[in-house]
Amino acid sequence: MEALKLWFIETFTDLKDTFILCFIDDDRWKWLVEGFGKSIIITLGAIAIGLVCGIALAAIRSSYDKNEESLKLRGGFGYRALKFCNGIAKLYITVIRGIPVVVQLMIWYFVILVAQDNDTLIAVVAFGFNSAAYVAEIFRGGIMSIDNGQFEAGRSLGFNYIQTMIHIVIPQTVKATLPTLLNEVIALLKETSVAGYVAITDLTKAGDLIRGRTFEAFMPLAAVAIIYLFTVVVLTKVFSIIERRLRRNER
Amino acid sequence: MSDNIIQVRGLKKHYFGGEVKALDGVNTDIRRGEVVVIIGPSGSGKSTLLRSLNLLELPTDGQILFNDVDITDKKVNINIHRQKMGMVFQHFNLFVNMNILKNMTIAPTQLLKKNKKEAEEKARALLKRVGLEDRADAYPSQLSGGQKQRVAIVRALCMEPEVMLFDEPTSALDPEMVGEVLEVMKSLAKEGMTMVVVTHEMGFAKEVADRVIFMDEGKILEEGTPEDIFDNPKSERLQNFLAKVL
Repeated sequence: MEALKLWFIETFTDLKDTFILCFIDDDRWKWLVEGFGKSIIITLGAIAIGLVCGIALAAIRSSYDKNEESLKLRGGFGYRALKFCNGIAKLYITVIRGIPVVVQLMIWYFVILVAQDNDTLIAVVAFGFNSAAYVAEIFRGGIMSIDNGQFEAGRSLGFNYIQTMIHIVIPQTVKATLPTLLNEVIALLKETSVAGYVAITDLTKAGDLIRGRTFEAFMPLAAVAIIYLFTVVVLTKVFSIIERRLRRNER
Repeated sequence: MSDNIIQVRGLKKHYFGGEVKALDGVNTDIRRGEVVVIIGPSGSGKSTLLRSLNLLELPTDGQILFNDVDITDKKVNINIHRQKMGMVFQHFNLFVNMNILKNMTIAPTQLLKKNKKEAEEKARALLKRVGLEDRADAYPSQLSGGQKQRVAIVRALCMEPEVMLFDEPTSALDPEMVGEVLEVMKSLAKEGMTMVVVTHEMGFAKEVADRVIFMDEGKILEEGTPEDIFDNPKSERLQNFLAKVL
């Protein structure tokens, strides 16, 4: 009994010492806070780019899918322009989805934006344009999943294609795609953990720096893991509140 | 302005480069105030013809004149003309994310620039007419099929159309709900609304139609008054069809 008590005290003292070494000495907890801040900034910036570009890509792709037959019959410049844009969008999505995001990040960092000093900005751009491809497919899937009767009803009342999309199809799409969109946000947050590859001190990298300095692996990694987990739980909660609010008027 | 609100000239709709001919040269005129019922076996092209009238189906060849304007002309803005052609679908197609009142007012407020109050007053008056004034705040999922279709009809009426197109409006309904929808359609006909109706309800055709069109294989085979069609069918195919459905 006495031995067990002693072991407890020893272990606890050890943990306490390690904790102080990892987080309190040299104010190392600040590294984690700053790293977390950077991870969040990169994620938010990337979502913004991803949403804007993703919606644009989805608009092109679904417009083409929905209007291919009628445009072909009518022919002319509109059809060729849309067909061309659709081709570009398809190519973009294929290329982005075919290359690991860490490779894309390095291409942006070492090749395309090599003259840019703002590392965070580079990460935002890299993750944002990566995310756009996935968001585009999420929205396209959402638009195509809305019953075509909703679309035809809008057109038959005299709404043009864009008005029908804005007033009738998109509001339904947003609701339908929200869970998948949350998935993308979560994936994106965690993907940003590879930013350390190009010397950006995000949350993961901050933990790694602590490990390098203190030669303690468990404590900083546990801290990093818990922070990611906690953030994802909060995000999930926020999205489920939004979802419930959107669905309230629909029973 | 001619007496005919819609004129169909040599209308063709081909699929797969002409392999399938959903419409194979259809000619007909629809007079103002006329109730035309289109009957025929499934796959005869009757729904395709109806959906071509407001260009939900784009014809391969031929013209459709609405108020003497050729709406198949690429330069014509079809959206303006569609505002005057109400359409009722087999599957109702009410906007599922809007309540009934919003379903009925969104087009008038957005397209005709009516103010909200005016549009809602009109919507409520129309709902009252079809006995649904207490469901204005309900969502489509809370309504029965018959109620949905009655709302779909008055939603189209909110745009004050000159012609109403009905695409098998009772085919998706439980039998006991068919009557309530037909009643609304009959009262519309009585008021002098121009109507084109694709239906399997022969009773409705006999009672309400000014003219019945029988279609088969993408062509109009016979047309005439209900008496002509139902009591004196000339072609063998119409006789066979009537023997099966009556």
